[in-house]
Amino acid sequence: MSVVSLGMPAFPTTAESATRDAQLRHNLRNATHTIRDKRAHAVAELADWAELRAAGAAIKDRTLRHLDHYLVELEIAVTRAGGQVHWASDAAEANRIVTELVRATGETDVVKVKSMATQEIGLNEALADAGITAYETDLAELIVQLGDDRPSHILVPAIHRNRAEIRDIFRQAMGRWGRPAPEGLTDRPGDLAEAARLHLRERFLTAKVAVSGANFMVAETGTLVVVESEGNGRMCLTLPETLISVVGIEKVVPTWQDLEVYLQLLPRSSTAERMNPYTSTWTGCTEGDGPRQFHLVLLDNGRTATLADEVGRQALRCIRCSACLNVCPVYERAGGHAYGSAYPGPIGAILTPQLRGIASALDASLPYASSLCGACYEVCPVAIDIPEVLVHLRERVVERSRGHLGERAAMRAARWVLQDPDRLRRAQRMAARTRRLHPKRLPGPGAAWTDTRDTPQVPAESFRDWWRRTQEEER
Amino acid sequence: MRVALFVTCVNDTLYPRTGQATVTLLRRLGVDVEFPSQQTCCGQMHYNTGYRHQAEPLVRDFAETFADYDAVVAPSGSCAGMVRDIHPRVARRSSGRVDPERVDAVAPKVYELSEFLVDVLGVTDVGAYFPHRVTYHPTCHSLRLLKVGDRPTRLLRAVRGLDLVELPGADECCGFGGTFALKNSAVSAAMCSDKLRHAADTGAEVLCAADNSCLMHLDGALRRQHSGVRTLHLAEILARTEDDPHGTSWSRATRSLA
Ligand code: SF4
Repeated sequence: MSVVSLGMPAFPTTAESATRDAQLRHNLRNATHTIRDKRAHAVAELADWAELRAAGAAIKDRTLRHLDHYLVELEIAVTRAGGQVHWASDAAEANRIVTELVRATGETDVVKVKSMATQEIGLNEALADAGITAYETDLAELIVQLGDDRPSHILVPAIHRNRAEIRDIFRQAMGRWGRPAPEGLTDRPGDLAEAARLHLRERFLTAKVAVSGANFMVAETGTLVVVESEGNGRMCLTLPETLISVVGIEKVVPTWQDLEVYLQLLPRSSTAERMNPYTSTWTGCTEGDGPRQFHLVLLDNGRTATLADEVGRQALRCIRCSACLNVCPVYERAGGHAYGSAYPGPIGAILTPQLRGIASALDASLPYASSLCGACYEVCPVAIDIPEVLVHLRERVVERSRGHLGERAAMRAARWVLQDPDRLRRAQRMAARTRRLHPKRLPGPGAAWTDTRDTPQVPAESFRDWWRRTQEEER
Repeated sequence: MRVALFVTCVNDTLYPRTGQATVTLLRRLGVDVEFPSQQTCCGQMHYNTGYRHQAEPLVRDFAETFADYDAVVAPSGSCAGMVRDIHPRVARRSSGRVDPERVDAVAPKVYELSEFLVDVLGVTDVGAYFPHRVTYHPTCHSLRLLKVGDRPTRLLRAVRGLDLVELPGADECCGFGGTFALKNSAVSAAMCSDKLRHAADTGAEVLCAADNSCLMHLDGALRRQHSGVRTLHLAEILARTEDDPHGTSWSRATRSLA
């Protein structure tokens, strides 16, 4: 996993500036609270949600345990159906494969279906370097692309924008990318959608090459599945002559029957709908219908390494519903950009450091970007215990980085005191004796506390001393 | 039934009144609670910050200290959650340094205070008196790790004179999160101020919770703001009676600054 984060400061710094942006805080609060309430409602409708969730986790776990088997089964099925399968071990290889495939068509424009995998590998940038323009066709992705911006949410990449900002972006940038925004465009949602529709329609009708991801790949038949709300995906998947799909290897499920579970879990968790408006499935190529060439690029990019970690591997169950973002109190205040990757929020905090490693300051700070409140785990439709993985990754950071020397010494000292009741008693008495000297504002790392909070007053007597003095003597 | 108090290191060191209130309350309900003096800390800070190995001896000692009791009561949701939910996992991953069987024998017997009162003792009216307007913050570990549900508010509703008002956004985290409050202080402070704004909006005098680590964070900000709202642990409300409305009998026993 590459792109975006090189040289980005650690999460606390990127998040801090977001907490000061009143407009952003307002936009995020409104958007996340609305969708989280709707999700709760949609989920409560199903009496067997707990069983579905357990099934969703179990199917993924089992598939991941036999991933080698299912990927080969998938490759055979896709090839049999007239598709071509390519294997990419990392972002660079995937980008190279896609670039060459587009070049071979002789085209310099491609239309894109919203896809996390292509964002993860920075495909648009790689194509641009090769003189190929990738046009995003999902409404929110379009807003991000026209605004020369970065996505800040998995499902709603422009969640950080309000409609007045969107109108301004459309007015300023649509003309540069194709059909300009209509004269006198207002910020009414209907008008904005119509402007996008007109702008995109031209694109769909002329495009010869499309690039997509996929939500699921069914091994038994070699079928790919995309679920979406706008229908732009359906256009991209059916109109062009060549379709190239870049999909993470963890997206495979063994059978169509498994989709029964995920097609219930995903829409209710992501858009809070009983069913999403468009579910497209395709199997290789079909004579006289749809693309004449189909390429599947299977992406590893850190997934095999993640699979090797017994605690961390559960992150690969993720179906990218974004429910965890919408309930996360940290995401709500820090915004998606602070996470410095395609995957913001709780899932990003556990996925990015695994896919990309913890070499950079940003990536090493992501596992700490949580108060461990557990709201994400509670809503996750495939029961990823995100707090457990966060703590596990903190361990990894502590073991591998040198920046934690002071903290490590403090932790060891604290353990030394806490492991022995007499040492604890002595430390408590010392604190009590000096309690009138304790400063209201602390220096060093303690300042992070006292900048906004008073320190607690140390009592004259600890509980254990009180107990010994008053209770044990009585007995 | 032998019942032990696990007071927790935070209460022991900084909030002895919460421990005293718990003892008073339990005795009033006929429980002869003991305080095993070998106890120290559940290891939550170490574990949550990424020092699982440093937590191992604390996990092992906990299982030894409380092995002989039928029930262990902790006036802290996060510490009870740490023991019940995390200790078994730490033992399992310790490569034999901590005996999972010893840990498994103790962990299920650990109760957060409201669970012990409602589930083990079977009471919701504990005979308390507290004539004030109170709002309750459920705290994340009580809510999501222990799933204590409405037990604390059922207890509060039964308190004579108490006017319980609902806290908007109650299930949202207060922003404490242990070292999170230091490592991500800006986001932590933003979460804290939203929580306090909600509390102030209720018009309550008292913001109650069953976890003094969250309350330490909230109270620290309230005092900095010279706010009219004060924080109080659930035990310190439930321990008060009409005969002793200020808890003088148990809190004066300590040489503390009240
Ligand atoms: S981690 Fe769970 S809740 Fe978050 S996006 Fe993935 S599947 Fe959805």
